[in-house]
Amino acid sequence: MISSRGHRSPQLLNINLTLVLAAIRSCLKLAAMIDHRIESAPCPLRINVRLLTWSMMALLIIAGTATPALAENNSIFSPASSNSEKINDIFYLVLAITGLIFVVVFGAIAAFVLRFWSRDAETAPEPPQIYGSWPIEIAWTIAPLLIIFVLFLIVIRSVNEQRPERAPSDALKVTAVGHQWWWAFDYREHGFITANELHVPLGDEEHPQSVFLELESADVVHSFWVPRLGGKTDLVPNRVNTMWFAPREAGIFTGQCAEYCGTQHSKMLLRVIVESPDEFEQWVENQQKPAVDDPAGAAGKKLFLELSCANCHTIRGTGAAGTFGPDLTHLMSRQTIGAGVQDNTRENLLIWIANPHTFKTGCHMPDMKLTPEQVETVVSYLITLK
Amino acid sequence: MQADTYTVAPARRPLTSVMHEWVTTVDHKQLGIMYIIASCGFLVLGGMEALLMRLQLWAPEMDLVSPDTFNQLFTMHGTTMIFFVVMPVEAGMANYFVPLMIGARDMAFPRLNAFGFWMFLFGGFLLYFSYFGAMGLYGAGSAPDIGWYAYAPLTSPAFSRGNSTDYWLLGTMLSGVGSVSFAVNMIATIITMRAPGMRLSTMPLFGWMILVTSGLILFAFPPFTAAEIMMLFDRHLGAHFFDTQAGGDGLLWQHLFWFFGHPEVYILALPAFGIISEVIPVFSRKVIFGYATMVMATVGIGFISMGVWAHHMFTVGMSDTIDLLFSGATFLVAVPTGIKMFNWTATLYGGRLRMTVPMLFALGFLALFLIGGLTGIMLAVVPMDWQLSDSYFLIAHFHFVAFGGILFGIMAGYYYWYPKAVGRMMNRKLGLWHFWLQFIGFNLTFVPMHFSGVLGMPRRVYTFEAGYGMEIWNQLSTIGAVVTGISLAIFVVNLIYSYFRGREAGDDPWNAWTLEWATTSPPPAYNFEEIPTVKSRRPLWDLKHPDDPDWKHE
Amino acid sequence: MNAPGASPNQLTAAQAHAAETGETLFADSKKLGMACFLCSESAFFITLLVAYALYLGKDTVGPTPAEALSMPLVIVNTVMLLSSSGTIMLAMKHYRDGRYGQFRVFLAITILLGAAFVIGTAFEWKDLIEAKHLTISRNLFGTTFYTLVGFHAAHVTIGLILMSILLGIQTAGHLSKESPAAELISWYWHFVDGVWVVVFTLVYLIGR
Repeated sequence: MISSRGHRSPQLLNINLTLVLAAIRSCLKLAAMIDHRIESAPCPLRINVRLLTWSMMALLIIAGTATPALAENNSIFSPASSNSEKINDIFYLVLAITGLIFVVVFGAIAAFVLRFWSRDAETAPEPPQIYGSWPIEIAWTIAPLLIIFVLFLIVIRSVNEQRPERAPSDALKVTAVGHQWWWAFDYREHGFITANELHVPLGDEEHPQSVFLELESADVVHSFWVPRLGGKTDLVPNRVNTMWFAPREAGIFTGQCAEYCGTQHSKMLLRVIVESPDEFEQWVENQQKPAVDDPAGAAGKKLFLELSCANCHTIRGTGAAGTFGPDLTHLMSRQTIGAGVQDNTRENLLIWIANPHTFKTGCHMPDMKLTPEQVETVVSYLITLK
Repeated sequence: MQADTYTVAPARRPLTSVMHEWVTTVDHKQLGIMYIIASCGFLVLGGMEALLMRLQLWAPEMDLVSPDTFNQLFTMHGTTMIFFVVMPVEAGMANYFVPLMIGARDMAFPRLNAFGFWMFLFGGFLLYFSYFGAMGLYGAGSAPDIGWYAYAPLTSPAFSRGNSTDYWLLGTMLSGVGSVSFAVNMIATIITMRAPGMRLSTMPLFGWMILVTSGLILFAFPPFTAAEIMMLFDRHLGAHFFDTQAGGDGLLWQHLFWFFGHPEVYILALPAFGIISEVIPVFSRKVIFGYATMVMATVGIGFISMGVWAHHMFTVGMSDTIDLLFSGATFLVAVPTGIKMFNWTATLYGGRLRMTVPMLFALGFLALFLIGGLTGIMLAVVPMDWQLSDSYFLIAHFHFVAFGGILFGIMAGYYYWYPKAVGRMMNRKLGLWHFWLQFIGFNLTFVPMHFSGVLGMPRRVYTFEAGYGMEIWNQLSTIGAVVTGISLAIFVVNLIYSYFRGREAGDDPWNAWTLEWATTSPPPAYNFEEIPTVKSRRPLWDLKHPDDPDWKHE
Repeated sequence: MNAPGASPNQLTAAQAHAAETGETLFADSKKLGMACFLCSESAFFITLLVAYALYLGKDTVGPTPAEALSMPLVIVNTVMLLSSSGTIMLAMKHYRDGRYGQFRVFLAITILLGAAFVIGTAFEWKDLIEAKHLTISRNLFGTTFYTLVGFHAAHVTIGLILMSILLGIQTAGHLSKESPAAELISWYWHFVDGVWVVVFTLVYLIGR
């Protein structure tokens, strides 16, 4: 499958490796300390401490090596829009704050455990009893309060920045409609509907081009999520939700439905194709045209209209005007079929039309029980729909 | 009452007579044990569901189970673990030990207690009966596949044919009825039946946490029941509560569900906190640090947790104000929870730590719950939630709370109280293997999920896309799940082995301080020969240290 | 419980507290249990009320509350139910003072008033269904109305059954003077009446 490459700067990689090495070193040190303290502990305990240490280290090493080795990248740490960049920044900040809390509290627990570990507690006299201390209690009530106050301020600011009202007025407006288990993208201002692939133009540094999405659902709750372009927003039946993002780089960004929506929730993929304004204009122009009437597909077209295909699918320029399934007017301009289950090739279309459930068990497109010849004919028409 | 029926060896009587006794019992200890045994059974089921899911996710595009089966697996796993594993095991421990700890002879309403247990068990059976009985006219006989929070309108007759959803609704509703009767009973018992001299302010912390839990149950479960009734009316009487075609609103379900669902998290967590608050002092040989703030924090959590539910819904398109309100309230919960963490940690300071198995589990709890709490703070940061919500990061977060936190706490409770209930110690060697394998297995399963979430993997997917770097994390998770499974198998073996072969425990094997250790192990049917009079939070400490009793310091 | 060692002069912490302060709710487990149960019941009704209020005026088809609900019958109904709260109060007063004859009379009146309320509701529903064509599946109003009022009526019916059993047991002489049953049932009845006040206000006054 095609997707944009992850952009990882060499510095970042270096930082990663240094961190991992430092973590491994402290792991080893800690293990040695623990080992020393539990010499007299029963055998399984000792073995287990070592087992734990080694497995933790293995995990860290894998973490250090696997992350940069990505072929494709959907990480929320590789933001590609102004919105996801902001979330990314907040993420690092919050990670630092919570990381600090973790180090302090976990450090205290670990230090106390190692320091006060007693092997003769059965016989030793009871330690002095400390019932508590109001000044200390008040201190560690106020400290978290201050921290969460700071966090809350961060939240207020960032929520405010990302709200739909903040979307620039020249944003490209698209209505996304979630269906079980595919996406319809309705370019109302341009007058066409497409499916599963959202094309948007890329602005430049000074004039970032924003995309404003109106989110609706045709059946159950779905959620629009393209991690590198921003957070998710649900598509709730009977409501219109909105979201926006301003892409910062060209490429293909994949995402998928993030709210469980039934059998094929896992295969409700989507892709956002960010391209140059020229490419986008070209694409729009093509999409606005009615379907190509290629004589090579005449027989297939006739069959398509005779069978019940037309009840669910629209092909503009023909009698087919169903809306239950994806609009097929420019089917071959899309990269995948079945909301991302397979690449959009003639071979795959043959399998798909013969029985959609081969690729996507339980999807709502029925097995039409066509003969192989009929399948061949219909597909020969479909592949003309450029 | 016939003395000591409970300790009579079962083998001496015909099986039917023993079974009759257990089925008709209203004794809080027998009911407690039945709760716990039933929850172990459901734990095996829920665990196998989890394992199957992990095996399916070993690699992209695996074909081990079908999509529908997978969807049923996660629905059943979540529902089972929450309603039929953690709820009953905690109810069982509360049932068994709260009356003992407060010096009562039984619960306030023994028959209501039995009713609650049987409601829970029947609810569980009803849920699992869906595997056989949910045929309906559609012929889709199988388990519910709606997810454990069953968002409307996926549950409407149009999208959920057959009767599996009805089994889910009725099963959880019945267990909810059981929970409410448990809560009524617990509140009445704790408030009115404490031993002479035991004021609320000298009650063991476990009692306090159960009291607050019960209060939460009282106000959180009925709205859930009401919502489920609405859904049943929608499904069977043609009502329109969640019918978007007729102007109904699916979000009403989400609000009602989470109004129950979030307090539910604390209903599950507080009893575990209570266990930790008993175990850590005993094995640090120190009194709990800051008893009063612990109580205040518990009550505080109780109140705040009723007002944070919509933080599960930051992505559904609520207004700014509501998002911020719930984000703020969620941050606020961190304060009392933090106070608890700090008090437990401070209790360790200056103690003489005995590394028994329950103590190891309690320490494991501290470490893992800390992580779960901190990722919770991340999720309360609304824009971060937009990214992380409904991803594997969220799965990691709540398993760090529910498994790393709550289940580790429960395990501490098992090892701590088993000698009291059975009269024999649990095997230490097996216990150590159990702890370390569970600790390693747990981390191996759930640490990688943070990464797969960040890499864009949504929850509840039966497969994931190749080439995005999620493969390695999913494989680690699967290995971890297998290790966790082995550790839990060792646990079950330990439970059974120690029942027959465990070392005799004696009345007070841990040299502990609360009243349950003042009677025999296992306790007689009437609990105490003579109801003790209590002067402090640690009556047995007073007894053992007449020179420096607690009540001089409180 | 006749377990060994239970000395009769040993009071639980709560009883000792009650003896000091005269506050009995927190010493009597049965009263407290009932109070807790009623708390959970109120959480249940609040949920139904919230759903009703939320969907007011959101219907896509009629009839609306204003078109469907007629006041006269409901007002009579309300008066009967509210006065039944008074009669059970009188019944309890006589019960506490040991005048069991009067207790039975007033309890019987309470039952009759409650029964009249249920019958009145039945007539109201008959009219709604037959004349106004309002059913539970008609629109959101029907859905929320029948659920809310129906659950209230079900609670009234349960109260009637409880009071009838109480009357039977008391008449047969099987009710000991110490039993809190009568008092707890009267609490329940007051609660059901209280819920009706809220339901009436929301459905017939505000919502209409």
